[in-house]
Amino acid sequence: MATLAGEHGTDASAGDAPGVEAVVVRFAGDSGDGMQLTGGQFTLSTALAGNDLATFPDFPAEIRAPQGTLFGVSAFQINFGSQEITTAGDAPDVLVAMNPAALKVNVGALKPGGLVIADAGEFDRRNLDRAKYAQNPLEDGSLAQWDVLAFDISALTLEAVKPFGLGNKEALRCKNMWTLGLALWMFDRDRKPLVDWLRAKFAAAPVLAEANIAALNAGHAYGETAELSGPLRKLHIDPVPAEPGLYRTVTGAEAIALGLVAGAQLAGLEMFFGGYPITPASAVLHHLVKMKEFGVTTFQAEDEIAAVCAAIGASYAGQLGVTSSSGPGIALKGEAMGLAIMTELPLVVVNSQRGGPSTGLPTKTEQSDLYQAVYGRNGDAPLPVIAARSPADAFECAVEACRIATQFMTPVILLTDGYIANASEPWKVPDPGSFTPFPVEFMTGNNNPEGKPLPFRRDARGVRPWIRPGTPGLMHRIGGIEKAIDTGNIDYAPDVHQAQTDARRAKVDAVAGAVPPQDVALGEASGRLAVIGWGSTFGPIHQAVRRARRKGLDVSHIHVRHVWPLPHNLGELLAGFDRVMVPEMNTGQFKTLLRDRFLIDAVPLSKTSGQPFAIAEVETAIARFFDDIPDNEGGEVPVGDTQLPAPEIEQP
Amino acid sequence: MNDMTPIQTTLKDWETDQEVRWCPGCGDYAILKAVQRTLPMVGADPRNTVFVSGIGCSSRFPYYVESYGFHTIHGRAPAFATGIKLANPELDVWIVTGDGDGMSIGGNHTMHVLRRNLDCQILLFNNEIYGLTKGQYSPTSRVGTPSPTSPIGSVDRPASPCAFALGAGARFVARGYDVSKDLPEVLKAAYAHKGAAFVEIFQNCIVYNKDRFDDFTAKAVSADMQIMCRDGEPLLFCKESKGLSLDLDTLSLKVVDVADGDWQGAGVAVHDVRNRSLAHMLVEMPFGAFPMALGVIHNDPAPTFESAVVAERASLTAGKSADLSRLLSKGQTWTVS
Repeated sequence: MATLAGEHGTDASAGDAPGVEAVVVRFAGDSGDGMQLTGGQFTLSTALAGNDLATFPDFPAEIRAPQGTLFGVSAFQINFGSQEITTAGDAPDVLVAMNPAALKVNVGALKPGGLVIADAGEFDRRNLDRAKYAQNPLEDGSLAQWDVLAFDISALTLEAVKPFGLGNKEALRCKNMWTLGLALWMFDRDRKPLVDWLRAKFAAAPVLAEANIAALNAGHAYGETAELSGPLRKLHIDPVPAEPGLYRTVTGAEAIALGLVAGAQLAGLEMFFGGYPITPASAVLHHLVKMKEFGVTTFQAEDEIAAVCAAIGASYAGQLGVTSSSGPGIALKGEAMGLAIMTELPLVVVNSQRGGPSTGLPTKTEQSDLYQAVYGRNGDAPLPVIAARSPADAFECAVEACRIATQFMTPVILLTDGYIANASEPWKVPDPGSFTPFPVEFMTGNNNPEGKPLPFRRDARGVRPWIRPGTPGLMHRIGGIEKAIDTGNIDYAPDVHQAQTDARRAKVDAVAGAVPPQDVALGEASGRLAVIGWGSTFGPIHQAVRRARRKGLDVSHIHVRHVWPLPHNLGELLAGFDRVMVPEMNTGQFKTLLRDRFLIDAVPLSKTSGQPFAIAEVETAIARFFDDIPDNEGGEVPVGDTQLPAPEIEQP
Repeated sequence: MNDMTPIQTTLKDWETDQEVRWCPGCGDYAILKAVQRTLPMVGADPRNTVFVSGIGCSSRFPYYVESYGFHTIHGRAPAFATGIKLANPELDVWIVTGDGDGMSIGGNHTMHVLRRNLDCQILLFNNEIYGLTKGQYSPTSRVGTPSPTSPIGSVDRPASPCAFALGAGARFVARGYDVSKDLPEVLKAAYAHKGAAFVEIFQNCIVYNKDRFDDFTAKAVSADMQIMCRDGEPLLFCKESKGLSLDLDTLSLKVVDVADGDWQGAGVAVHDVRNRSLAHMLVEMPFGAFPMALGVIHNDPAPTFESAVVAERASLTAGKSADLSRLLSKGQTWTVS
């Protein structure tokens, strides 16, 4: 079926082998329909089948919006295939719509000729009204540009679970498993891991486990036996050739938790994590709570301020203090971060960015806290900033944040975002033996032969010693007031403040000397156009540049992990390109940073709709640099081009 | 870790080489001396002691005590102290704060450190004024306090730190004042209490709120207007000629006269530091009709936060080993060969 050629249709037309390389499937339903769970389990089975994949969970901010409404639609998109996948895909090939609202919100994104699977049993007058459909779209011909398969999934599910004697409501909850069963059949997936998972999940209620398994099997059998012609057919997607090794899937939040644990171990420290619940950052705390055997203490504080202050207190006492939040919480932590800068204590601050300002878009993704991270504190308050590009990359970034924080006695901000935190991808499990340890050495003896210990005497790198309270003979006082050189005694004389300001800046600048030089992710090290990004835009930029290069365009992809201080060679690298474009999910923050640092004419490509870039959006923007129309470069991605509609946009 | 053989100290051992920068005559000097006098008496060890403070005149305190010290940010000292104590429960942690720092900007943290019952001593210097910012009224200023921001007198009603502390669940509440000879006794009890020990210390700001507490601290009235609460002793004052008695009709305290030392005959109540209701009544007594309750008002230890956190961690990690390799490869995995 040609319509299932997937997002790599352009690749096929460029002469690649025909057939299905990748498919984008979007599961959409009511918040209560279990779409995230369905998507999560489909992800797992896809990974077990050896496909590469990327996912994009898209759920409303409301915990449980009224049933059947447009703003209560929850969706989960997965892009999987037989070659490297770096994004959740642009337009879906398959849309599973569990009710009219889910159809209405999502069908516009579906590729022309794509497949809609709808639960006809939910398309009654009541639900059509809630979704503001005057007529039933399954019957009025309005879906003509797509293939539509509508059957009464509700009734089929009820029939399948009848033997288990569940109530109507409970029985209908098995609908998502029925749908999953059908999807597993379509893509030739093994049901066993799902069956095992259901038995484990419902260990306390075996009847529910068996009912869900029956629904799963029924959905699978429906695909197998129903003589459905045309669009619904079994597709097998070959496994991706991958580096040999042990693999698992990992979400960004879990990768950060694992990276922090590994980082603390490599530093030889116990970890203290102070947190306060906030979407989408809470998941990091949820994961760490389960890792306490690694010397992890978690503290759910009374607020964001207490969370960071307790973490700094723990660092002062000799542990690795970590805190995590999203933009609004990071704003509250700002003053305390300044204290950590002033007292020169290690601290890792994780920011899972979301749309802002203020409460903004709590469940939607954005990269708009870059200024906040680099500049957002009172006074001259420099600190290193690192950005993770993907869920798997978040692991290494978290280790890196721990390394820099402890080696340079400084707070470090690790930027991730809602997309990375929630999304999952296959991850080659690293061998802990391959990590280079960076053990911390606390000061235990007096560093001043002439008198009292000097807690602010800097070493050759400008770093002060770390002294744990409890150490005999090294009693000293630190604080947020400007301090004398070496002794740290209160001193705000003009020359002292000048000298200490310079020393704090020089120390953070020196971090650039301790990070790898900037590499080129794809393409040449010089040429006509560099597309430079940071954070979760890696996937769409990478694919767009790959496609543009196949068309013969002279374009390279550079992706920056060390956002502050920038790698030493970056200015020189960028100078080798005629033009520089910076796609960002903000109004151009990294662009400003690059212009300021390197005096280059970096051109922004902004997107602030709360959705990740579509590959096509970046690809189109790249093409404009080669069309010889003056001043037609960069700019803003129009909202209409957004491929993944946000349910909120449809809110009445 | 380190050699922790108990050491003997003297007051001098707790003095730093830093020049004390409070205004001459400030009550803080007396409190500093009282603390430095108490520390050797309780066997405190400088290398194991941490003074944590927020912002304000009181919060300069750590610079003047020869131990570990952390002068943090406004109102947040309890949060820093929580991190310090959880990271190393062996440390003796003292929090020094003021009525602005601890009751206003940091009220939230004061509440939570008390309800969690972190093992620490909280010294709240109450001078009923913002000193460091030059004399604005504070959350404990009495109604009508004239100040740069309340030219005809403040209009908001004050908070009572001790009532607040009890309301937040404090298991140790005590009161003293800067020049009181009893202050070391109160500090000793606070130190001995395992858990959050809250001590309100009335402190004379001689520049912006001079002699504010003279109505019970001045020599001429102190005997009549103070009542020193001691566990197991009758609640007597005014040279034992008066006492506090429980009025069973109104369930409140009343002042009764005591003739010929017969306090039992007069129905004077015996102080019981474990009686929470009594503690509430003692800190809420309207001053004037009643004396100011000082000393240890409430002392009823409960399990501490840090011990609960340690126990929780032990129970969550029992039988588990810190095998990083196993952690990283948790869940469903597959092998590519």
